[in-house]
Amino acid sequence: MVESCVYQESTDAMPIIRPISALLAMLCLVTSSLAGAQSNDDAVDFASQTIHLALTQEPPQLNSMKATDQVSILVLSHVMEGLVRYDRRGNIVPGVAERWELTPKKATFWLRKNAFWSDGQPVTAHDFVFAWRNALDPATASEYAFILYPIKNAEAINKGKLPTTDLAARALDDYTLEIDLESPTPYFLKLAAFVTYYPVRQDFFEAKGDGYAADTDDLLYNGPFVMTEWTHSASLKMVKNQRYWDKEHIVLNAINADYITADTRARLNLYIDGKIVYTRLDGETYKDALTQRFRIRSFTTGSVFFMEYNHRDGRVTRNANLRRAIQHVFDPDEFVNKVLATPGNLPGESLFPVWLQGVDGRFRQEYPAPRAKVDVDEAKAYLQKAATELGRKQIPPLVLLVSDSPTATKQAEYMQGLLKSRLGLDIKIDVQTFKQRLAKMTAGDFDMVGAGWGPDYDDIMTFGDLFASWNLNNRGRYSNPEYDRLVRVGMTNTDPKTRMDAMGELQQILFDQAVILPQYEQGVIYLMHPKLRGVVRRVVGADPDFTYARVIE
Amino acid sequence: MLYYILKRLAAGVITVWFIATATFIAMHSVPGDPLMNDKAVSAEIRKNLERKYGLDRPVHEQYFLFLGNMLKGDFGISFTQQNRKVNDIIRDHFPVSATLGVLAILIASTGGVLWGALTAIYRNRLPDIIIMFLVILGISVPSFVFAALGQLLLVNINKLVGYSLIPVAGWGTIWHMLMPSLVLGLGTMALLTRLMRSSMLEVVNEDYIKTARAKGLSPTRIFFRHQLRNAILPVVTVLGPQIAAITTGGFVVELVFAIPGLGRYFVQAVQQLDYTVIMGTTVFYGAFLVFMVIVVDILYGFIDPRVRLQ
Repeated sequence: MVESCVYQESTDAMPIIRPISALLAMLCLVTSSLAGAQSNDDAVDFASQTIHLALTQEPPQLNSMKATDQVSILVLSHVMEGLVRYDRRGNIVPGVAERWELTPKKATFWLRKNAFWSDGQPVTAHDFVFAWRNALDPATASEYAFILYPIKNAEAINKGKLPTTDLAARALDDYTLEIDLESPTPYFLKLAAFVTYYPVRQDFFEAKGDGYAADTDDLLYNGPFVMTEWTHSASLKMVKNQRYWDKEHIVLNAINADYITADTRARLNLYIDGKIVYTRLDGETYKDALTQRFRIRSFTTGSVFFMEYNHRDGRVTRNANLRRAIQHVFDPDEFVNKVLATPGNLPGESLFPVWLQGVDGRFRQEYPAPRAKVDVDEAKAYLQKAATELGRKQIPPLVLLVSDSPTATKQAEYMQGLLKSRLGLDIKIDVQTFKQRLAKMTAGDFDMVGAGWGPDYDDIMTFGDLFASWNLNNRGRYSNPEYDRLVRVGMTNTDPKTRMDAMGELQQILFDQAVILPQYEQGVIYLMHPKLRGVVRRVVGADPDFTYARVIE
Repeated sequence: MLYYILKRLAAGVITVWFIATATFIAMHSVPGDPLMNDKAVSAEIRKNLERKYGLDRPVHEQYFLFLGNMLKGDFGISFTQQNRKVNDIIRDHFPVSATLGVLAILIASTGGVLWGALTAIYRNRLPDIIIMFLVILGISVPSFVFAALGQLLLVNINKLVGYSLIPVAGWGTIWHMLMPSLVLGLGTMALLTRLMRSSMLEVVNEDYIKTARAKGLSPTRIFFRHQLRNAILPVVTVLGPQIAAITTGGFVVELVFAIPGLGRYFVQAVQQLDYTVIMGTTVFYGAFLVFMVIVVDILYGFIDPRVRLQ
């Protein structure tokens, strides 16, 4: 047949087979992955002092009065500035305010006259008053409004009981801002560094309406950088603000976020290809970074992860002895080393992470966290007591609610195995997606839930008030009048020693009552370009902070 | 012809309405809502948020409000990207997904037809076995594996040549599009290869091919005019839905290659229960799919004169 003669000539097919085998060879080559340092280096430029990076997501909300997420806060704190800011070492230093005075009843800020908006107008005390009133306005529905509550009348305004004009923050003149405090707030300055406290200019905000902060020219800047380009979901560019009052101390000329992707592997590949200066690693990419022989750095994020119990009526986990039984079989060291198994994490011993300030030094050094000895016999005795108190022969299966991430599932399975083998307790793991987990947490539909808490501001109270009976984030509804009393001492007493003593007592209650089961303090591992210096990692606010960074030769 | 198109369009509108309604019901029956977040908010703030987004109204009222706005072409404002309109999100990001999708379809369809025809010709011989093995691989390996491998390949190529020959991620130039569109098209290419192979094998034994051969036509002419044109019909059938699937299904590829496409919004909106974006993207993609199917049906008439559109 004619057909077969033409089509079955094998030489014809060869050119097509060749590329396939070549592709296969390439794939094999890929999996063996070449070791070595970055070959290309476009991530930093010394001459122009430019750096390139990747964001994990599009900043969802650049309206400072409403921003809540990490990425938005990262961008905002580079392009805007509040009354005060954090320096390289994490100390509060002057921002828009030149100096201030803080008394138990009042805070007064004197603003510098050389702080300007990006359109050339001066930043005034009125801009702060406007921003705070607006953030507290019930119609704005800002989720972080509570951070303004130390200002007198703020809470009442936010709940719609008073008009916004009743806020006890007054611009005495353009450059003097006076604030009455609801009650003494020893950590008010630390709050004032937060994004919700940033200034917003009324005429600009009103002119933009709903479109405020939607694009680069829908926002006014007063920080070390200004945003010049923003292609949604693709890239974002910040350049040095020539009007910034402290521009002499800003070395970087441009921060280009050229990529936006949540995929850690993609970001590692971009790092290897010399396209970005920084990337965070996870359990998987960590191994690849090791084979590439990069210098891996670690940093404690300041967040604490724990198992929260349901303390609502009718729940078996309301029984303290049951919780103590679990406390006495759980070993946080083993958890960190065997389950998490990436460097940087610390064993969880307390609700209060190690970095928190105490009276003179670190809180955890001054008030060491009590730690339960792993003792199966003692644990079983507690369990027996719990069963008797609950009037049951056996503890019913406990529901452990977790999010659907691979790490959360892995941790839950470890807990399941541990409690089964040591105590004979049955655990039902309830894996839920983000929103469904939240819905179940709010409704109290769990016995135990994998939870965590990150600081909103740099003071022990950001953790301390978490299990106060009125705190809505206390999802297990733990309620203890003594705990509440100690929280009030910590929030309003101005003597550091009294405050820390109260928190020390509170730490003891958390342990004695086994209110929660601390698991670990989160550490992250990351890669940072060796030629980039002065990047600050922070537990509160912008992280990483490139404000004072510089590229070396 | 015109009557046929109108009839199909009317059916399409009903389909889209059905999609919208089903999505709306499903979305509201899932526990949780877009306002719920990691940090709990007070009852007052919660109430204000509900009022602001109209979630304090009864569900049926919300439904009719949504339908009314949809008819006006307005999908509202996103819950997660709080300053952006859903219409803007679709307008900004769909062209990116579409560009990627069209490229992927081009690669997939040319590849699929070519490989398919080849395997049919070399039936049960080495080229056929090798290609069919790769086809099975292409169908069964999920796209995120290909995406990761493809990116790693680029990284290593760049490392070998010593400079960024092909960008490993990002968007902008044709170079950025090469690997993602190839990865995105692989699955479809494999599918089309298989389809093309079987339909080609059928055609080869048809009487009219024998007639053509008996007439003394050249093998090339027989291949292109008689075999390929007839064998390609089933491929065209699946192409419509495949185009829609590819332009929507690029989530993983968009994530790995940091491409600002609509696929990301489509998936993330579901995770975040971003009601307005879920409705906007689903209705948009639903309409797009229906439209593509109609287009393909019309194309039939041109490829196969036997098909009459009525």
